[in-house]
Amino acid sequence: MPALKHNGLTVELLAGETVLEALLRVGVNAPSSCRSGACQTCLMRVESGLPTAKSQEGLKDTLRAQGYFLPCVCVPDGDLVAAFPDADAVQRVPTRVIDVTPLNADIVRVRLAAPERFVYLAGQFLHLHHPGGAVRSYSLASLPSAVEPLEIHVRLIPGGQVSQWVHSELGAGDHVDIGGPAGSCFYVPGEPERSMLLVGTGSGLAPLFGILRDALNQGHSGRIVLIHGSLVAAGLYLVEEATALSRSHSNFRYVPTVLNEDGPNGSFRGQIIDAVTQEVPNPKGWRVYACGHPEMVKAVKRQMFLAGASLKDLYSDPFIIGSPPAVASD
Amino acid sequence: MATVYEQIGGAPAMDAAVDIFYRKVLSDESISHFFDAVDMERQAAKQKAFLTMAFGGPNTYTGKDMRTAHAHLVARGLNDDHFNAVAGHLKSTLEELNVPANLVADVLAVAESTRNDVLGR
Ligand code: HEM
Repeated sequence: MPALKHNGLTVELLAGETVLEALLRVGVNAPSSCRSGACQTCLMRVESGLPTAKSQEGLKDTLRAQGYFLPCVCVPDGDLVAAFPDADAVQRVPTRVIDVTPLNADIVRVRLAAPERFVYLAGQFLHLHHPGGAVRSYSLASLPSAVEPLEIHVRLIPGGQVSQWVHSELGAGDHVDIGGPAGSCFYVPGEPERSMLLVGTGSGLAPLFGILRDALNQGHSGRIVLIHGSLVAAGLYLVEEATALSRSHSNFRYVPTVLNEDGPNGSFRGQIIDAVTQEVPNPKGWRVYACGHPEMVKAVKRQMFLAGASLKDLYSDPFIIGSPPAVASD
Repeated sequence: MATVYEQIGGAPAMDAAVDIFYRKVLSDESISHFFDAVDMERQAAKQKAFLTMAFGGPNTYTGKDMRTAHAHLVARGLNDDHFNAVAGHLKSTLEELNVPANLVADVLAVAESTRNDVLGR
């Protein structure tokens, strides 16, 4: 019979026993609810070994890609090492600041030397440790590669301890600790013809820019629409970079959106949700990524779902920008 | 005899059913406010659990679980009208999926059997 390892414990599985049953049998306090592979309360992640196909049925592609599975319906064929979703956040590695440069009046770009052990996907987030102990999550705009540094966009939040420290004190050569990566908001290779909508406000552009570049790099051939919204034109950033990408890739369309005034050439003036409806009136079959202001994220997900996108194809960051890290469970 | 759950194709077919059902629920202003505060991605999994149960698929929910899951909604005024609305969306979802009438009746009977637990009576 296969062996199950969890948190330093080894359990010999009984015939026909699920991973969840085995954990409960030996006294692990594993959460569960429907126990039939539907509600996802018991979600776990394999650290090594293969989960059964059945135990990944119905999970989002990005969860599957990270080895998440449902232990309540997993009767493994071979040995497994499994952990709960919040276990990833424990890593902490030192790194060095390469530079801090302004992107607009209240957002700076921070580039960090990528630690060797830091394996991530563009669009996931890291945890930044303030020397005083506070920790904040920031999405990665960079692509994982041997030469490209890590890149995050930090918006100054009035009274925000970590963002103020980043804006006024952090500089080239400083040493900081980071944790993670975590998050399920990233590009899923394998269906290059699928259309993708990327919608963000403020520094929510960071993960979207990472996902965009990742998709283009991997030869995505389906349509990609990036909508970046701001209250005023000066709040937009990376406008030239995004415009250049739209010139060099005919399947990519960039729509800067400004609420209260005219924006750069080709931009949409008005509510971001109206830009979304105008650009993608029929999102059936589209993957939808929304990052930034929580009310906007909620409205976009709802609107796109009601207009035809599948619940499984909606992606967003599980944390509110500038807030302490959430348990990265979805 | 095969359950509706097996008839419509088991677990893989549930995603399509959840999309159709939940779109109806969210578009119905008489009940959508009960779902406003819940994150959509999490809610999808809960709705899948609900449909799996109603379709006669594997589940281990008890009447007590149903009471607990809906108690905070009962406190916010959940009543028979809301229950009927949800049952109605369940029915039209099944009809859209071309489930035969006799099986639709089975599903509605399962849903009906939870009424008192869901409404906390
Ligand atoms: C037709 C009978 C019904 C059945 C069999 C049923 C079944 C379920 C199940 C299995 C869950 C998931 C419980 C869990 O794992 O936590 C659930 C959650 C929920 N149900 Fe129902 N339900 C029914 C009727 C209703 C009605 C009439 C409403 C409101 C109009 C409703 C609103 C909700 C909400 C909002 C949740 C999520 C609770 C939360 O996550 O906080 N349900 N239901």
